[in-house]
Amino acid sequence: MTRETMLATIRAATRDAVAIPNPQAYETHGEHAPGSEAVIDLLIDRLIDYKALVRRVPAADLVHEVSQALSPVQSVVIADGLPAELAAACAEGGRRVAVDGSPTVLTADDLDKIDAVVSGARVAIALTGTIILDGGADQGRRALSLVPDRHLVILHAAQIVETVPEGLALLNPTAPLTMISGPSATSDIELQRVEGVHGPRTLEVIIVDQI
Amino acid sequence: MSTYLGIPTRRHHDHPESPLRGSQTFPDAARTAVANPQLRRNLANATATIRAKRSMVVGELPDWEALRDSGSAIKSDVMARLPELLLQLEANVIARGGIVHWAADAAEANRIVTELIKATGADEVVKVKSMATQEIGLNEYLEEQGIAAFETDLAELIVQLGHDKPSHILVPAIHRNRSEVREIFLREMPDVPADLTDEPRVLAMAARAHLRRKFLTARVAVSGANFAIADTGTLVVVESEGNGRMCLTLPQTLITVMGIEKLLPTFADLEVFLQLLPRSSTGERMNPYTSLWTGVTPGDGPQEFHLVLLDNGRTNALADEMGRAALHCIRCSACLNVCPVYERAGGHAYGSVYPGPIGAILTPQLTGMDGHDDVNSTLPYASTLCGACFDACPVKIDIPTMLVELRGRAVDNDRGAPRPDGWAAAMKTMSWVMSDGKRFAAAEHGLKLGRLLAWRRGRITRLPFPLSAWTSSRDLPQPPEQTFRNWWKKNRGAGESE
Amino acid sequence: MRIAVVATCLADALYPDVVIATVRLLERLGHQVVFPAEQTCCGQMHINTGYLKEAVPVVRHHVEVFADADFDVAVAPSGSCVGSVRHQHAMVARRVGDEALAVRAEALAARTYELSELLVDVLGVTDVGAYFPHRVTYHPTCHSLRMLRVGEKPLQLLRAVQGIDLVELPSSDSCCGFGGTFALKNSEVSTAMLADKMSSVLATKAEVCSAGDSSCLMHIGGGLSRLRTGVRTVHLAQILAATKESAIVQA
Repeated sequence: MTRETMLATIRAATRDAVAIPNPQAYETHGEHAPGSEAVIDLLIDRLIDYKALVRRVPAADLVHEVSQALSPVQSVVIADGLPAELAAACAEGGRRVAVDGSPTVLTADDLDKIDAVVSGARVAIALTGTIILDGGADQGRRALSLVPDRHLVILHAAQIVETVPEGLALLNPTAPLTMISGPSATSDIELQRVEGVHGPRTLEVIIVDQI
Repeated sequence: MSTYLGIPTRRHHDHPESPLRGSQTFPDAARTAVANPQLRRNLANATATIRAKRSMVVGELPDWEALRDSGSAIKSDVMARLPELLLQLEANVIARGGIVHWAADAAEANRIVTELIKATGADEVVKVKSMATQEIGLNEYLEEQGIAAFETDLAELIVQLGHDKPSHILVPAIHRNRSEVREIFLREMPDVPADLTDEPRVLAMAARAHLRRKFLTARVAVSGANFAIADTGTLVVVESEGNGRMCLTLPQTLITVMGIEKLLPTFADLEVFLQLLPRSSTGERMNPYTSLWTGVTPGDGPQEFHLVLLDNGRTNALADEMGRAALHCIRCSACLNVCPVYERAGGHAYGSVYPGPIGAILTPQLTGMDGHDDVNSTLPYASTLCGACFDACPVKIDIPTMLVELRGRAVDNDRGAPRPDGWAAAMKTMSWVMSDGKRFAAAEHGLKLGRLLAWRRGRITRLPFPLSAWTSSRDLPQPPEQTFRNWWKKNRGAGESE
Repeated sequence: MRIAVVATCLADALYPDVVIATVRLLERLGHQVVFPAEQTCCGQMHINTGYLKEAVPVVRHHVEVFADADFDVAVAPSGSCVGSVRHQHAMVARRVGDEALAVRAEALAARTYELSELLVDVLGVTDVGAYFPHRVTYHPTCHSLRMLRVGEKPLQLLRAVQGIDLVELPSSDSCCGFGGTFALKNSEVSTAMLADKMSSVLATKAEVCSAGDSSCLMHIGGGLSRLRTGVRTVHLAQILAATKESAIVQA
């Protein structure tokens, strides 16, 4: 059986192998606490840098801002765990809102015909401008945030950490995780960067502060 | 039959061209590449651009060297514990509903993947860029079996539609300029508008439209993986375009082919590698999309997941105390982008899907070097040993030292029946001369002849083969009237100064 | 100090002025220079071409010649030779199982320096009292740059030279393309790299291109000569040895 043979070969090959010690001298924490002013500013800076649309709003204005942000679109898909008032904001102005799984699971073609997706996220990393989805109730399955051309993410300030190690430490490794650090891009043709290939071409982020 | 001066040489069986072996020696292939102005320009631009970006984002991290140290240590730990880590990975993937297969070589991997695809009833698959699947020639094999494999990375798509081969690990179509890409699309994409321009944005959008149909209807996807986490069973794919997310999420069945060395022991190890990889490869703080999945998540993504663990020569390198470190490679391509030889010869000259500095140490270990007739024996020599690759490697693979060691192996392989080109004889003679002061001094007398060659010009402009390789583009100085040791004897006497 | 000079096979045979300059410079600085006359070569040509077994007698000879000599430190006007001594000799010995030779090689390596290392780190001097009124650009050879990591030392020494017009070389950390036998085995790529190095040199409008390795200078100089650029190569040692009283003689 190949498995047994391969394992035997690998065991024989690594008999004398010794690991070099890992000094672990790299930074595991940033200078600033999660949700702090500096960290929020840094994330906003990175998001603007890769041309995502960013807004920072007080909690009281969130519903209104979501509705505003969605004014260019006619249809929205959301997961059934998105807070009710946000679901309502999506529907304002006569927009069609599809809730995945209620009643039916949407097909890829269904999703392709929907203009936008609104979701929460698990955590964001300021240093790299990374937003991480983990399939939670307010995000739904991965296809939802992939197929529509516009993705609106609602982030709370407390969810923003400074560094990669801090962000990863908060994740459930076996959840279906998607790390987003900008709209999709390619530089494959003469190294000229073209943004928005597959995946949502418009990424919009609303950061909610605890004001 | 090959003979040289009537003396029969040892006959090696011809190596058929394969993804890991070209049909020309590196010097021969490089000669053609160096003379190609477009290739030279594309490569010079591409590598300079990525070098600058990498420099900038690496410079931002005060703990970059500490990350490299950890990256190197973690990978050495992976090799040291590979059997137990592979078993741990397998158990965790299975526990979450995935199925694990073991493939000793390319043929076996191709068979396994084909059977898995056929079992779904599909006759086409979408593919995320995977060096491992290139290495085994999967697409060609599937085609022979009546299964169409559609590359979905823009560069791989360009290469596939252009009936070509990738020339760089990260930007495989770097040897193509925009007008060539446009021509390829016009020729090979049925749904493309006739007024397609050659603007990169327009071309990328044409690819988007072309592929979107495929993404939304594909039932089976084949991918590689950047990392597999042993203690959770999680697989990681790092990408930029979104085709990875499409292939990893929408189809019903996902088949991932991965080299056995691509493991990390724990999920937390990603905190090192997700910093090292994007900054080293595309020169970004983070690449646009990274997907992580473990087995099967009910109701989300593929409901059937297969992981194919590939050896295909990796255990050769693994068994080699000196060569093992080549398996630490995370395929970032930083070494390609800083290599002055790669910059001028391009990827095709190496004849392998793994070109550049890492290719020069990995390819010969995966395939072995079968004597001087094996073109892969020339790969360890495709370097000036400048060391730029070692400095750039995020996991600190000591490529220059390994190149010298592999050169030693290539020479040792040949003992008894070396290539009859004079090198072995010359080296033996020089060794004899240079291991004794008097012999060396006597040999220096021969240099006086060189003064005749330089007579009247004051420089030597032409020398016979093989030194003509020097004088074809460079002069040599006229040998001096006296050597240093003769000057010392005359001016300083018996070995000391005042 | 009592300083043994490692002439290097190349400089001994083809560029004796480089070694003579090294001797004169160190004597001017007040040191005693010795030349173990049986020395030949560090063996890097064999090592880097893969003839590791054939390198052993050459390495052994080097170690024995210097082990038998009486000196404090050894110096070579060559980053690549010192690189080989420091990073390859013990490896070559161990590869054939000669631990005793490896240990002796390591001991010798511990007191063998490249010229700029010797001057700045060991002798503690950056102004050697040199005079060289020419426009000069400096190429940091790969062994000095990446293997020995001499850093700014050569430039510190050159900046202190009276009358010098020192111009920074663009893309200085790009390899010149010599690479030992690479220059012959892969002469096309070697020449392509040389072309870019020469282009950088010419952009500085320097009269002189300097470096700490005669091998790279042979390659760069060979190209500059072939193209009749009118630019010459002068080793770092020769510049540092030049004074008002005795201007350097072109090697």
